[in-house]
This record gives sequence, C-alpha cells and structure tokens, in this order.
Amino acid sequence: MMNPVSLSPIVSRMADEIKDRSLDAPLVIGIHTGGAWVAEQLHRELCIPTKLGTLDISFYRDDFSRVGLNPKVKSSDLPEGIEDRNIILVDDVLHTGRTIRAALNEIFSYGRPSSVTLAVALERPGRELPIEAAVVGKSIMPSGNEQARVSLKDGQLSYQLVVPDNGEATH
Amino acid sequence: MRLLIQGGRIIDPQNQIDLTGDIAIEDGCILTVGATPSGFSPDNVIDATDKWVIPGVIDLCTRLREPGEEQTATIASETKAAASAGITRVVCPPDTYPVIDTPAMANMIRDRADSSGFSHVHPLGALTVGLRGEKLTDMAMLMDAGCVGVSNGLNAVENTLVMRRALQYASTYDIPVFLTPQDPWLTGNGVVHEGEVSTRLGLPAIPEAAETVGVARDLAVIETSGARAHINLLSCGRSVTMVAEARSHGLAVTSSVAIHQLLLCESDIGAFDTQYKVFPPLREASDRTTLLNGVRDEVITVICSDHQPHGADVKLAPFSEAAAGIAGMETLLPLTLELARQGHFDISTAVATLTCNPAAIIGIDAGHLSVGAEADICIYDPEQIWELQQHEMVSRGKNTPFLNRKIAGRAVATLLRGELIFLRD
Amino acid sequence: MARISNEQLAHLPPDAAIQFDDRGYLRHFLTINGVPREALIQILDTAESFMTFGEREIKKVPLLRGKTVVNLFFEASTRTRTTFELAAKRLSADVINMNAARMSTSKGETILDTVKTLEAMHTDLFVVRDSASGASHLIASHLPEHVRVINAGDGRHAHPTQAMLDMYTIRQKKGGFEGLKVAIIGDILHSRVARSQIHALATLGVDEIRVIGPRTLIPTEIEAMGVTVTSNMMEGLSDIDVVMMLRLQRERMDGQLVPSEQEYFNRYGLTEEKLKAADNEAIVMHPGPINRGLEISSSVADGERSVILSQVTNGIAVRMSIMATLMGGTEGSR
Repeated sequence: MMNPVSLSPIVSRMADEIKDRSLDAPLVIGIHTGGAWVAEQLHRELCIPTKLGTLDISFYRDDFSRVGLNPKVKSSDLPEGIEDRNIILVDDVLHTGRTIRAALNEIFSYGRPSSVTLAVALERPGRELPIEAAVVGKSIMPSGNEQARVSLKDGQLSYQLVVPDNGEATH
Repeated sequence: MRLLIQGGRIIDPQNQIDLTGDIAIEDGCILTVGATPSGFSPDNVIDATDKWVIPGVIDLCTRLREPGEEQTATIASETKAAASAGITRVVCPPDTYPVIDTPAMANMIRDRADSSGFSHVHPLGALTVGLRGEKLTDMAMLMDAGCVGVSNGLNAVENTLVMRRALQYASTYDIPVFLTPQDPWLTGNGVVHEGEVSTRLGLPAIPEAAETVGVARDLAVIETSGARAHINLLSCGRSVTMVAEARSHGLAVTSSVAIHQLLLCESDIGAFDTQYKVFPPLREASDRTTLLNGVRDEVITVICSDHQPHGADVKLAPFSEAAAGIAGMETLLPLTLELARQGHFDISTAVATLTCNPAAIIGIDAGHLSVGAEADICIYDPEQIWELQQHEMVSRGKNTPFLNRKIAGRAVATLLRGELIFLRD
Repeated sequence: MARISNEQLAHLPPDAAIQFDDRGYLRHFLTINGVPREALIQILDTAESFMTFGEREIKKVPLLRGKTVVNLFFEASTRTRTTFELAAKRLSADVINMNAARMSTSKGETILDTVKTLEAMHTDLFVVRDSASGASHLIASHLPEHVRVINAGDGRHAHPTQAMLDMYTIRQKKGGFEGLKVAIIGDILHSRVARSQIHALATLGVDEIRVIGPRTLIPTEIEAMGVTVTSNMMEGLSDIDVVMMLRLQRERMDGQLVPSEQEYFNRYGLTEEKLKAADNEAIVMHPGPINRGLEISSSVADGERSVILSQVTNGIAVRMSIMATLMGGTEGSR
C-alpha cells in the first residue's frame, strides 16, 4: 500500500483554474463525503460569500435495487435557490461517472441552474457514462482492483490507493 | 375363521391384564388371552412380538362431517382414518347438518355407517331441538334409534332452567348427557385464551371464567338432577379442580380432555398460526400441567381426539375468522401413549382413557379383551419413530399443528370383530 | 441496512421473525416487536433525510422507479391511505389503491384470493390494512420471497408505521428517548396503535411507559409488554414528558366498557387542568382523528403542547423511509 499523498496543493491548483473561468456568482456544491471535503477547501480559497452546498446522492443512485439504501444517508443541503445560478459541482474521484449522473438528477430536482461545471480532485479511467470533468486536479492510473480513497485527518486532505477488503462497499 | 395374535404385550386395563402372550380369535370373538389353547389351528397368524396389543380405541368426540358437509369429509373417509389409527369406535356429536335431533337422523347415520364405515359409529343425539337450547328432544326415542347419549354440541344452553329440565328428563331414562360448559357471554367473539398472548397479538379473548362459570353452573345443576353427566373437552386447570371436588363428594360426573390440550398451550399460536385455533382455546402452561395431573389422578378419565377435519381454505384466513379445530384422530393414540411413556401418567391409565373408560360412559360392552368379547383390537408398535406427513394422512382433513412432528409409536394393525381392517405396510 | 444476527433471529417470537429474510434484513414491516433498536434508529435517520423533500421543486426521488405499490385497504381509511400513497409517489413508484370489501367468512373470494390476483400483476410491495389481527402476517406468509408487505393496521394487533412516526415526532421534539417518561391513555384493549407504540418505546429505551385507562379498556397481562398500569389519570400523568392519547371509538360507547361519554371525559379526557400534572414541557400526541370533548379538549388539541400536526407531517417521510428500507437490495446481495 502506498503512503498517503497530500491533496491540498492539488485542490489549490484547481481553485486557480476555476478562478480563470470567471464564473458569475457561482455556487459550490460538494458530493458527500469526499467531494464535500474537497469543496470545502475550494469554497474557502475561492472566497465565495454564499454558503457551501452539500449533496447526498443516496436517493438518486441507480444501484438501489441491488445494494439497498446507504445506512449513513445524510440530508442534502443546498444554500439557496439554484435557479439560473452557475454551479461548481465537486467530487473527490471521477470513475464510472454514475455518481455525477445521480448528482445532476438531484440538482435538477431543486430547479434549473444556468450551468454546471464539474471539478474533481482525482480522475481515473473507467467511465461508463459520457461524463468528463472541466477541472481535474490530477489524473491517476490505479492498477488491478486498486481504488483511490480520499481521507481527511487533522484538517489534512489526502488520498491513497488501496485494495478494498472483501465485501466492503465500493462507494 | 380363526386368527392368532402372537407374542405381543397384552394390555387390558378393564381386566387388569398386562402380560406377554397370545390372543386367539374365533368367529370374530376372543377365544383365549395368554396361552394358546392346544389344538387351535389358526387360518392366519399375526406376529405381535415387541408390539402392544390393546382393545380397539374408542374416540368420544369425532366429527365425521356427514351428513351436511360431505365436501369436507365423509363417514367412509373418516372411519377409514380411524381404522388406520387403531380406533374401532367413534362417537359423533349431534351438530351435523341437519342436527341429529330426530330418530330418523340417528337411523340414517347408523345406516350410512353400516354400509360405508370402517369402524363402529355411535351418534349422540341432540339435547335440545336444533341445539337451540329451548325445547327438549325426544331423547328416549333417540336412544332407541341407537344414540349413546345426548349433547348440545358446542352450543351453550343459556337458560339454566332448560338445562336443569333436560338433565332431569335424561336421568329418567339414565341417558348419558355430554356437556361442554361455557358462559356464552364471556366467550363472546373470543378466539384465544385471555392472557399474555391475546394481549400481545390483539386477538379477542376467552377468559378462563367463560369455562369455570359454566362448569360451576353445570355441576350445581347436575347435582340436583341426578343425571349421568359427562363434561367434555376441559381446558382450564381450575375446571379440573372443580370436577375433582364434585367427584370427591360422590357426584357421578366424568370428564374428558382433548389430546391437544395435554400437549399445547397459548404461546404455541406463534405468528397467528390457525392450526392452533381450537375451541375451547389452548390455555396456559400451568393449565396443561393441571390437566395432565387430572389424567394421572383419574379425575379426567377420557382422552379424545376432538377430531374436526376441515378443508384447507377455512384455515387460510385471519386467525379470528379461521375455522377452529384439529383433524386429530390419527394422532390420538400415539400422542396419548407418548405422554404415558414420558411418565405423565401410567400406561395402563392411558390405555383405559382410550378404551374401557369411554365405553363405560356411553354404556356399551366394549373397550376390553375379555374372553367372549368381540375382537376389536389395536396392535401398536412402540418402537416405530415416524413423522406426521400431510400426504400420508388418511383423514380428508389435513389440518393439524402436529405436522412434521416426530412421534414415537403408532398403530400397525386394527381388527374389527376379528377382521383385519387395517394393516400398516 | 441494519441486520439481525442468526442468533437474535432464533430467539425472536415467530410473529416477529417472519419479518426478516434469511440474512437477517428487514423484509416486511408487520410489527415493531422484535425489530432491533439499530434498525428503528436507521428508519428514523433515513426519514430525517426525506423531510426536506417537501420543499423541493421536484418532490420525487427515483428510488422505487418502475416498482408497483398496491395499497390494499380492506378497512377504509382515507387519511392513512393518502399518506402511504404520497410516500410511494415521492419515491417514484406506481401506486394502485384498492379499497376492497371482503366477506368475513370463508364464502366467496378470500383475502388470499385477492392478494394472489394482485400479485400476479407483478406487485412489488403491498400496504395492507384489515380489521382482523394477523391479516398482514397471513398475506406476508403466502407471497413469493421478493414481494414486501407493510402493515398499515391489522385489527387490534399492530400499526407499526404510525408508531414509527410517533417515535420520529418524539425524537424531533425531545431530542431522543433516554430518560423519557411516556403515558399512553385511553382504550388500550382495542388499540393496535398502543401495542406498536409500547414495543417501539420499549425497544428505543425510554425510562418508563405507563398506560392509563379504566380496567375495562386495559387488556390482561399487559405488564408483560413492559408497562405499568394505572387507572388514576393525575397519578399517571405526574412527571410525564410525552402524553400519547388514543382514539376512543364512539361505537365502543355501548354503556358496558365505559358508562358514558361524560364520565369518560371527566376521568380520562385530557384537559389543560389535568395536563398540569405532567412535566412543564410535556408534549401531547394523538394519532387522529380526534374526538374533541371525548378524549381531549379542543384547547389542548390546538394548544402549544400539541404536536398533532407535526405527527401528520412526519408521517410521509417516515413511510418513505420504511418503504425504501424494505425495497432496497431486493435484486441482489446487499
């Protein structure tokens, strides 16, 4: 198992890239749980006045009838009306694209945003849907059944590649 | 026609016999018990080594469903089930459709039994017309037509004066009266015993008092009427105490219990299992203990099946709407003897509750193995371990909570008037 | 989803055990008896996540898309049926409402005939209400393994979703269950709501459950369910944090169970005066519909202690949570 790699500098670079896009009054929304951590740092560094939003996409997942409900489902918390706003949707790892599909569905249940910009800290091959991120912190190439796991310890955001235990949830 | 039953353990409580030996049968009657007479050359020999040879079982409470409900069961189907379970005589309550309240009805049942039955069928006549508890039936003529007693089935005779007169009238001719005491208002629409289970499952309940109030009333009326009364189907421990007390004061009252009341209690109902719905209802474990002790102490002198065959659909309903009753004939003998072998009461007591005791209550010369008696005999194999399987049941009713239960011992052959009417493969 | 171990399963009474599949997951929701605390808490937590959906522009989530839910009500109840219908629709299920009358005898079509017919139309979840105790157990035990059943009230036996929305409301208003003293008042004998409330409160670990009513309306041996019984309202309300009123059905007022409405209200009707005996911050609950002036005075029902309207609001999210809990993972390993 590799040592944890700090994500903070990566996320800072993402913030710079987003600034260059000069979005008008953007809203930052992070996807539970890792995406919300990344979004928090972005939100801080982008100095956005509106509250950070979080999404729990458990109720929108397409594997509900196979794996059931996530027992730790949290409430989604969007800061204010998203109608006609520019949204920066943040996740930790972009893999199959299914999480993003679910997140977009949930966002649209609140209203019709003006635009959605996808920003991910890590991106890896394995897309199952036509979804790509506009802002990517780092591209990684895990081998075999390795997975990227993002963690937050003592305020330090980091990731490492791990092989999940048998039976452990992959989401 | 000569038959020899060889080498079995012969148990005949009426004659206080418990020995290993032979029974020789000639022309349908018992010739000798014990040693085979010299020169006896049987046409057929049944090897009963390691088996028990007992009088044919007499079941005091069996519903045959004929007449009136032939789609459920018939005299032929149920008496065949009886034969397969060592039962040679069944007594059927009068609550058929129509009710057995006329001599014609009693004759008809006996005729049908004679033509299609595998065992003797003894009807009980109705105590009151239509079992409505209002007018007395022609009891004496019912007895002439072959009834062995009178009963009001499970219908309470609400009016105590009617009850008293019915008992007085029956006593005129020494007619046995079968009673199932209950207070109909306390029973109400109840379906289970009032207690922890009825409270938890939210089922309408029948309190203990529904039976004990009935027993108290009926005992008082019996005492002043001089009738030969038999209290059928006790379920409460306190009822046993009351009957014991009455008997100790010299009242000639007898009582019976259904075999399932000696094995089950209210908590067995589980998840609303309608196979456990019976009337009177299954009571508490302590009641069961008192009932078992009642058999041991010979307060309760008869164990019956309270056989009630049903079609599958009437049990496939919510508990309160499902039909009550168990198709119990085929488990009566094995479960009774199993309880005896477990030590709850003597084996000879157990055999008596199924043979000579019920015979005495209905006043017939049967239920024993005396020389000269008709050879109604059951051969029981105590070693056979078996499981009750639905598809192997002979009764048309497959409704029983004892399915898949492992049971030790069962009837392997049944003789009626010396004729082999059942032999297990 | 929280699951129950094989060992726990083996110790459950049969009426509770039937609700779990062979891996110990909740399959049906028929009674709260035997459902472990963690599973109840998880249902409440999930319900909390569903609470905000009423405010969204699109109030639906796609969890039960393509699934068919049949509300099979053999006993009429527009209120309860409507909340189940709304809950199922917010989960994107297709909903069919069946208000079926049935004969209470074996004649004609039986309850199972009706169920089998609907099951043949590929129903995934039945929500069942019936006037006979055990009806939903009967139905659940005669359906194929993948079909779920929620008990929406069976006779006097259970009304587990009502009890769960009551628990949700208690947690919402009181922050939890520890240390709470709860009184359930009225016709306990005929009440499926009371039975389910008692199982839920006992499992969730409140400090004390008291049932209050005249002896004609208290079933025998109810103490075995973990409650204390009193017939004195003022004594019973003393220090109580949660007052749960039950509905007294007017058809029970036959002069035998209770002499008259006046005497009943005099002794057990909840008035502001009697409520003073309870804790200063006690909340007042009622499953509805209310008989004003029979079991509760209008001033209490509409007063500041009353959380009756919150119960109604919470009912939808709680029922969504229960449906989602049962329906998740039906097509594979969880």
